[in-house]
Amino acid sequence: MEQVIANGLYLGAQYALIALGLTLIFALMNVLNFAHGQMYVLGGFVTYAIYGQLKLPFVVALLCSGVTLAIFGALMEKFLFRTVIRRSKREESTMLLAAATAFFLDAVVLLLFGEKQRGVPKIISGVFVSERVILPYDRILVGVIAILMIAAFMLFMQYSKPGRAMRALAQDRVAAQLMGVKVERYSMIGFALGAMLAGVVGGLLVSITGVNSGIGGPISIKAFLMVMIGGAGVVGGAIAGGFILGMMESVGLTVLREYGDITYLVIFALLMIFLSIRPHGLMGKPWG
Amino acid sequence: MRRTQTATLKIASAVLFLLCLLVAVPLLINATGRSDLYYTLTSVALLSIISAGVWITFYIGRINIGQGAYALTGGYVSAILVMNYGVSFWLTLPLAGLFCAAASVLIGLPILRLRGVYFAMVSLVLTEVARLLALALPITNGASGIVSIPLPSRLSLFGLTLIPDFATLANPRLGFYIASVLLMALCFLGLYRLAHSRIGQLCQSLQQNEELASSIGVNIAYLRVIAYALSSFLGGVGGAMFASISQSIYPSSFTVADSVNFMLNCFLGGLGYVLGPMLGTFVLYFGWDLLFQTGEFQLLIFSTVLIVLMLVLPNGLMSLALPRKRSL
Repeated sequence: MEQVIANGLYLGAQYALIALGLTLIFALMNVLNFAHGQMYVLGGFVTYAIYGQLKLPFVVALLCSGVTLAIFGALMEKFLFRTVIRRSKREESTMLLAAATAFFLDAVVLLLFGEKQRGVPKIISGVFVSERVILPYDRILVGVIAILMIAAFMLFMQYSKPGRAMRALAQDRVAAQLMGVKVERYSMIGFALGAMLAGVVGGLLVSITGVNSGIGGPISIKAFLMVMIGGAGVVGGAIAGGFILGMMESVGLTVLREYGDITYLVIFALLMIFLSIRPHGLMGKPWG
Repeated sequence: MRRTQTATLKIASAVLFLLCLLVAVPLLINATGRSDLYYTLTSVALLSIISAGVWITFYIGRINIGQGAYALTGGYVSAILVMNYGVSFWLTLPLAGLFCAAASVLIGLPILRLRGVYFAMVSLVLTEVARLLALALPITNGASGIVSIPLPSRLSLFGLTLIPDFATLANPRLGFYIASVLLMALCFLGLYRLAHSRIGQLCQSLQQNEELASSIGVNIAYLRVIAYALSSFLGGVGGAMFASISQSIYPSSFTVADSVNFMLNCFLGGLGYVLGPMLGTFVLYFGWDLLFQTGEFQLLIFSTVLIVLMLVLPNGLMSLALPRKRSL
């Protein structure tokens, strides 16, 4: 049982980091970023190229993943989403745009890196063994980095000036603008930050699970699940959702093993029931 | 006076369009010998039926990315009825639709309370649920799917043959093409009636403001379930027809990507226009096919064109032809 909980925590930390980026973009722009999983994949491949092929240190690779995605996200917000939001009659149009960007990223990744599963050498070798729990050291390291990043992100949102501005934006766009918040600049920073988080998680996980060009879609779906559990557009909700999903997956894979591959079916069924009782998730605002 | 004139004009153009599809297109295909186009056009017709379902949910202000789930269910219902119980295919077509509609009422009652992004995300998850269910249930035969479904059999009424046995046809593709085009015409006729009826007006009130509509006395819970059931009905019928044409159905026949595509079709055509889904499907499907020659760059070019289209025409292709008709 301890093993299951340890696995769940490790999974949850990564999931929470993915969901944070998605929920941040949603809170600021009211955009459901379909391309989130693809951003994750791109981040993974950047790390693969720099750490796995150029043999530079892992930290450098991780930074590069983050920076690449941040730039990409900022450009996407400035030239695509902002324009469409301004011109379109219905704000759902951004969904089409996001889906098109997801296809675009899929195509780019496929062209640049091919369709093979890619992995990199382990960051640190060795396995932590105690009486009840067996965990490889690199998983522990990745989990700890993920938790540290979540903490850093929350502190940033809570105490820094851009963080405050973004929280104000998420609460009420017009009021924030009236108070002198530069709405456009902070939307862009927020989008870049969300994309960066996706990229960094991709980079972190490439060292453990590897990456291939096809996993973007499934990752997006998982991120949607977490956001729904926690409530869209709420930072705390995304973290809670991430850990809950990680735990459910870990427990489900153990408990339901003899019934075949139905863990996710059970999770989906539970989610439907949960959402019919609490339509906005654990902490979401009504009609977010 | 004016109104009757435009009405007759509309009917005339609709009939002309249908005749074009039923007579001119087969003649052209015969002349050029490109009989593979039958399959493409049939697919467009069926996909536009399924997309029309998504359009209905857009009409009540919900973003539906779960249509693939119903298309898959419809395909399986029809396939199982034909294979295991020997029911005539033409009977399974409405049955598949009705089954999907019933299922969607059950699912819709809780999830239609969600709005905006929440509904979009749940419906997306629904597609994944359908795929996993098809993999897990014993009757659907798991990942290997149901294959070699027989072609549709004869349909007769009082000894009069309405539809001949497809297996005896010289060109079953032409048969499927005509059947699909007729189905599509029927579907869009219904859609047009729906959009211009009292219920259609009420649906638009849901799209704009549900609380306000409810305060005036519109039964919103009832209306949205009805609209969702209609939408799933179309999805089921389209899926059943697809299973019959390809004579097989797998859990991966309709995936999340397909669900997203159905939504894209509606967006691309324009959400404010009844014919939007048809045009969107046509453009998207043919665009994708044309780009096949570009090989590995297919997806790249396709997605770039989509992004550019979105930037230039965020309100859909139909907003080009009918500018400012509905703008306030």
